[in-house]
Amino acid sequence: MFHENVSSQETDHAVELKMRLGLRMFAVYGLVYGLFVVINVLSPRSMEITVLLGLNLAVVYGFGLIAAALLMAWYYNRKCSAWEESMNTVSDTDGKEA
Amino acid sequence: MLTMPVLLFFFFVAIVLFISFYLGKNANSSSNYFAAGGHIHYGVNGIAFAGDYLSAASFLGICGMIATVGYDGFLYSIGYLAGWIVALFVVAEPIKRLGKFTFTDALDAKFNNRGIKFTAALSTLIVSIFYLIPQMVGAGSLVTPLLGIPHHWGVIMVGGVVIIIVATAGMASTTWVQFIKGGLLVLFSTILSISIFVRGLETKPDQGGKVPFYEYQRIEVIQSDDAVGFAPADPEYSIRDYREVDGFRMAKLFEGETGRGWWVLRQTGDSWSLEETQCVYKRYDGGVMINGKAADADNQLRQVGDLVSIAGSTEPTGSIGPFRFLAILGNEETVVKQWKKIRIREEMDYVDVYVPYYSPGNRIMRPGIKFKVEGTPIQRMEFISLMLALFFGTAALPHILIRYYTVKDPAAARKSTIVAIAAIGFFYILTLFMGLGAMTNGVINLADSNMSAPLLARSFGVFLFSIISAIAFATVLGTVSGLIVAASGAIAHDIMDRFAGLNMTDRQKVDMGRLAALSVGLIAIILGIIFKGMNVSFLVGWAFAVAASANLPAILMLLFWKKTTAQGISSSIVVGIVAALGIILLSPDMFVRYGLPAASAPIPFSQPGIISIPLSFLTLITVSLMTQKKVTS
Repeated sequence: MFHENVSSQETDHAVELKMRLGLRMFAVYGLVYGLFVVINVLSPRSMEITVLLGLNLAVVYGFGLIAAALLMAWYYNRKCSAWEESMNTVSDTDGKEA
Repeated sequence: MLTMPVLLFFFFVAIVLFISFYLGKNANSSSNYFAAGGHIHYGVNGIAFAGDYLSAASFLGICGMIATVGYDGFLYSIGYLAGWIVALFVVAEPIKRLGKFTFTDALDAKFNNRGIKFTAALSTLIVSIFYLIPQMVGAGSLVTPLLGIPHHWGVIMVGGVVIIIVATAGMASTTWVQFIKGGLLVLFSTILSISIFVRGLETKPDQGGKVPFYEYQRIEVIQSDDAVGFAPADPEYSIRDYREVDGFRMAKLFEGETGRGWWVLRQTGDSWSLEETQCVYKRYDGGVMINGKAADADNQLRQVGDLVSIAGSTEPTGSIGPFRFLAILGNEETVVKQWKKIRIREEMDYVDVYVPYYSPGNRIMRPGIKFKVEGTPIQRMEFISLMLALFFGTAALPHILIRYYTVKDPAAARKSTIVAIAAIGFFYILTLFMGLGAMTNGVINLADSNMSAPLLARSFGVFLFSIISAIAFATVLGTVSGLIVAASGAIAHDIMDRFAGLNMTDRQKVDMGRLAALSVGLIAIILGIIFKGMNVSFLVGWAFAVAASANLPAILMLLFWKKTTAQGISSSIVVGIVAALGIILLSPDMFVRYGLPAASAPIPFSQPGIISIPLSFLTLITVSLMTQKKVTS
């Protein structure tokens, strides 16, 4: 790297795992979001169907996308934090830290 | 002019300036100025992200759009929020690991290439300026009714305060302004939404007894033998002109010799009637008449927005819960009165006629009114293109990306994104309630739907209006500050220091950053005045499309494709900018703004993302493959 970050950073051994999980979760969310767009374009009237608590599919799916983003973010952070804690601590103990 | 909003407005400005001067004492190094020293707590940074992101377009624009077109406005909320998934899962940690102050740093970290420095800085400047214009226009619109000053003075005032914020303490004060504003926005939007549920729904909303409900008149018409084919049943009335405009059958009505403006023909069962509209006469000599009287402070367009039927009933619901609120509005027996603006030419004068029409709830609560998802293939493609740009645009906005450098490490960058998703997601759910609340509470200003949320707040009392207006103003301040920091970083750090190789000292970098902030602030003021009256969300759409096309392919490919070269990155940025801007400038929407027929536009659509994003990816891949040898050698 030609210039350093503002704050000093330690080597993160969990980078690969986190990136792989991030890409997978991005793909899953992208598919769900894509399906939402496809339904709106191919069958907009199906968005009128009442599906839950008197709410139609458009509202439920829209709220669902927002809620799913938060839930997936929470899960992603939980996994990443766990990996960071275990892998970086182990590395430190083994004296492998740069 | 109301006293409380003005006092609260100046109180907010005073707090913001105090924070700036207080934090300004520490902003003497470039890391403090451009990245708040990298010491901001992730929780604060997450709310500041929300402050950065929930701009005038989000708060004023989306609520206004939902108030006028229903669920279609909420699609922006969904798309804007979904974009944060790209930021969290793909961009946040790598950008933090690679960069220093700006997103150009991250792109250039592997190559140290002058082409990347210049094109990425240029892209930052273009996107920031496109994003700045609507914020400044919004600021002028907001301050004008609040303080009773002309639009240009409103823009100058906002610009002046923002320049002080940024020039004194840079990213540190910007972060704290965003934090306060983001937190207050979510809190008071929640209070406003709860107030809507407590009030419930009624067919004759009177803003809590403050503004009497206006009953629009209808007069019966019968068949006639003349060219028009119908005439008022009451001989006191007569029709002296008839037009068909945008599917509406319009009649110019007279009561005796008194003109009553243009009325719309309606059929209810077997009977026909003429229904009253609202008319703004714009005379060739500059005179303006609204609903038959000269326009002045007391004679403006009447606020609108009401239900004709509440799930088949006309009885008020009383207090209701949020799900019941949405269920009633989505009911097929609910009828919402909406308004469409049409223009009629009368010799040398123009008449803007606001025509009422009626939509069932099930139509309001699904896509299709603004976005023609049941229209032609091109119209459907436009919708897909917009949703694509919203999804990919967020993680490519420079003023969002620089916030990753204000926290200490990649884990904090990740956590702050999650806090942002929680705050922004919650707020976007509230936009649906606030927008629909405005749609049903008779508070929509037909001339400016952007004011729907503040006007809805006013229907609940002066205090809520005052605080919501002050927060809306802070919304503009916060977003503009972030954009100016991003733009000043692009000029001082990316172009002058790194591209031009001026090798400035740390102190010189800070001074240059301040000078750049002053210059960009002045440009923003000028553009805010020039673009007065231009649609806010339209310009924000440009910024997202350009950011998604120019920046995101470069970021993603740099992170995930090992064959990416410096030339590939620079080319994709240039192609992304040119393609996105080219499509926008040659689109039907722009041709209408040029005063030309939309049909004469060489490109039949206005949303560039579906073409420009893949094109930018393709350019990067092609150029990178073509320049592999140079890398190897």
